[in-house]
Amino acid sequence: MIPAHGGRLINRLATGAERDALLARAKAAPRLKLNARETSDFEMIAVGAMSPLEGFMGSEDWKAVVAKHRLANGVLWAMPVTLGNKGLGALKLGQDVALEDESGRLLGLLELAERFTPDKAAEAQGCLGTTDKAHPGVQYLDSVGTEYLGGPIWALDLPKYDFANEFRLTPRETRVLFKAKGWSTVVAFQTRNPIHRAHEYLTKVALEQVDGLMIHPLVGETKSDDVPARVRMDCYRVLLERYYPKERVTLAVYPQAMRYAGPREALFHALCRKNYGCTHFIVGRDHAGVGSFYGSFDAQKFMKGLDPAELGIQPLMFENAFWDKRAGSMATTKTSAATSPEDMVMLSGTKVRDMLRAGQRPPAEFSRPEVADILIAAMAEKVKAPA
Amino acid sequence: MPESKVTVKIPRPLYERIQHVIEDSGFSSPTDFIVFVLRDLVGDHALEKADPANGARSAQTNEDIADIRRKLHNLGYL
Repeated sequence: MIPAHGGRLINRLATGAERDALLARAKAAPRLKLNARETSDFEMIAVGAMSPLEGFMGSEDWKAVVAKHRLANGVLWAMPVTLGNKGLGALKLGQDVALEDESGRLLGLLELAERFTPDKAAEAQGCLGTTDKAHPGVQYLDSVGTEYLGGPIWALDLPKYDFANEFRLTPRETRVLFKAKGWSTVVAFQTRNPIHRAHEYLTKVALEQVDGLMIHPLVGETKSDDVPARVRMDCYRVLLERYYPKERVTLAVYPQAMRYAGPREALFHALCRKNYGCTHFIVGRDHAGVGSFYGSFDAQKFMKGLDPAELGIQPLMFENAFWDKRAGSMATTKTSAATSPEDMVMLSGTKVRDMLRAGQRPPAEFSRPEVADILIAAMAEKVKAPA
Repeated sequence: MPESKVTVKIPRPLYERIQHVIEDSGFSSPTDFIVFVLRDLVGDHALEKADPANGARSAQTNEDIADIRRKLHNLGYL
């Protein structure tokens, strides 16, 4: 089995007597509310998905990650994983801080090792490649106050969710799953969108090269105009049921919140999937991009520039996929002889949204009808019950 | 209580070569680099067995694995 990133799969989930002792400490500690992203990060640290991280970053790791995508000890890493202070004034280093989710439910404990004031502009420029306030990642940084709290965490409980609970597997669980299935090579597919024909094609081409495929949709916080995770889950389920080989493909959810950090986030997604036991990772066009902040292949270029031995998981790069009318099959710009747009079935996101909103299925060469129907129904529901 | 770290001797030319290799790489010392490479080479499972102080929480017993298999079976994964 592929080693976890940094050499050891972290486990910060307390059980038994250790949990009882930590619970007593948490009850006596000041409480800090985590936002949605921090809650996702807390869960991922606790279960080892962000190995080798054992807690929220201190300033040395934060600086090294921002400047050179590495932890302070030199290990390759992608993004800051930080905890914003929200009004707790009288905190002393070494003390416990109890962590709760947005509903006030106690999740765990931070052993406060450091308080520091980050240079948010440097973080935005270094990790997102921009300080433009239109970027959702920049907006997030502006929303989390001026001080970060760093230190190891302990989880007393994991966050609770009201959907997809049967698909929430930890890295320990996916590793046992892959072993039980006899898969020594596994490709992960990260997505925050419904899977249309283009992505179905990429996943199947990738699967040709390995033993197993894990569809691993991100279900943490996304932009409000992204398709909600619970709707996407319905799409993935119907696709897997009808169009993928059951013995070679599995579906589990990935709790991370989107950063929309393009190249840096492609690395982040890959390293975390390594912790889940995957050996290969699909990097498509405009991976983790938003608007026009990144070039279509910036993430692939960034991944190609990394030392494969340090990365430890094999990125599989794909160009833009589409239905090639001339060939009568799916293809990419790398494999198709089509030269004019008339020979390709490619639709913009706006066009697809407009069709779905009007109750029209996009062409079957673009989207499986079962997926289109789920999205049409979800759009109609949204119109009936506006936020 | 034994020390949590030990000294390992390596040939000086190799040490100097590592110093050169890690320049501008992000590794803060040859020791950090060597620990990283060895962890990568030896793998987490062997380290967990060899270093209970660090690995005990990460190690999985046969019972843990049986529990996970049961859960995976109940969820329909196996």
